[in-house]
Amino acid sequence: MNPALASAGSTAAATTQSVVFWVLAVVSVGSACGMVLARRAVHCAVYLAAIMLSLAVFYLMEGAPFLAFVQVIVYTGAVLMLFLFVMMLIGVSSRESLVETIRGQRLAAAIAGIALVVLLILALGHAAIGPATQSVANGGVGNLTGIATLIFTTYVFPFEATSALLITAALGAMVLAHRERTSPKLTQRDLAKRRVASGRPTPLPSPGVFALHNAVDMPALLPDGSPSEISVSSMLVRREIGGDGTPALPPAPPEPELADREDQGGAEPGSQEPGAPPPGDGGSGQPVEASSKGGADS
Amino acid sequence: MSPSAYVTLSIILFAIGGVGVLVRRNAIIVFMCIELMLNAANLAFVAFARMHGNLDGQVIAFFVMVVAAAEVVVGLAILMAIFRTRRSTSVDDASLLKN
Repeated sequence: MNPALASAGSTAAATTQSVVFWVLAVVSVGSACGMVLARRAVHCAVYLAAIMLSLAVFYLMEGAPFLAFVQVIVYTGAVLMLFLFVMMLIGVSSRESLVETIRGQRLAAAIAGIALVVLLILALGHAAIGPATQSVANGGVGNLTGIATLIFTTYVFPFEATSALLITAALGAMVLAHRERTSPKLTQRDLAKRRVASGRPTPLPSPGVFALHNAVDMPALLPDGSPSEISVSSMLVRREIGGDGTPALPPAPPEPELADREDQGGAEPGSQEPGAPPPGDGGSGQPVEASSKGGADS
Repeated sequence: MSPSAYVTLSIILFAIGGVGVLVRRNAIIVFMCIELMLNAANLAFVAFARMHGNLDGQVIAFFVMVVAAAEVVVGLAILMAIFRTRRSTSVDDASLLKN
C-alpha cells in the first residue's frame, strides 16, 4: 500500500495496522465531533476518554510504547479523573445554554476550522513527508532505554525545569482551591447546645426505606398515616430527586403504596394500619417495623 | 500506515479542538478541547519521530504531556475559584475586567 508498509516486510501485519488505523481514526474523529457537539459536560468527558484511548493505540502502532502507556496513565487516568472530579463539584447536571451570544459565531468557527484543515493539509502536501524509517530506537536499544538516555542527557535541563513547573502547579492549585475559614470552628459543645436549643434533641426519624419502597426518598409514615416530611433527607428534597424525576415530597397517598409492598417479596398487603405493630406476618415483619419506628420518632 | 496519514489525522483533530474552543461556553469543555488540541500535536510529534527514525519527537511529546497535566491542574483550580465566587462556569460570565 505504501513504502512504509513494504519496508515492514509482513503484508499481514501491514493490513492489520491499516485496518486498526482506519477504524480508530473514524472513532477518534467521531468522538471529537461528539465532544464539540455534546450538550452535557459528562458526555464530553466520555468522548474525550475514547479519543485518548485511541490515541494510545496510535502511539503503540507508531513505535512509541512508552508514550502509549503514559497516555493511558496520565491522560485517561489522572487528567480525565480530575476533569470528572471538578465536574462533580461544580454540578454534573448543569446544561449549557444554546443561545449564541455573538451572532453567527458558530458558522464562523466552523468555517475557520475547515479553512485551517484545508490550509494545513495543503501545507502537508507540499512538505516532504517521507516514509517511516525502519528503526525508531536510538542505536539499536529499545524505546524506553532510548527515551531515558535522551531525557537524561540532551534534555536534562528541560526535564529539571519540568519538575519545577510541576511543583509550582501543585502549589498553585493548593492556593487556589484553599478556602479561608471565616467563622470559628464549632466545637462539640457548641453543637450539643445548638441541638438542645433547636427543640429537637433526638435524631431525625429514618425514612421509610423497606416499609413501602426500596428507596430513601420515601417519607416514613406517622402513626396517624400521614407522611413525615422530616424523615426525608433535605438534600433529596432540595435536588428534587424523586423516583421519576418528580419532587420527593409530597408523596403518594399511603394506600396504594401498601399494595406495592408485594413487589418486595413481602407477604400480603393486608389492611393493617401503617405504623401499627406488625401482627407477625413472616416476610414483611421487618419492613413494617421500620415504618413504625420512623413514625414513632416523629 | 505512512506518517502523512497520522499527520493528517492530527490536523483534523487539532481543527476540531480549535472549533470546540471557539464554540463552547462551558469552561470545562473548553479545557477539554484544549487537551484535544495538545493530544493532536502529540500525535504529529510521534509521527514525525517515526519518520525521522529518532526519539526526539517522542521526548517532546512526553514534555507536552507533562506541561498539559500541570496546565489542567492550575486551570481547573482557577475554574473552581471562579465558580465559588460567581456560581457559574460560563466563559461569558467572567467579564468583570471588560469595562
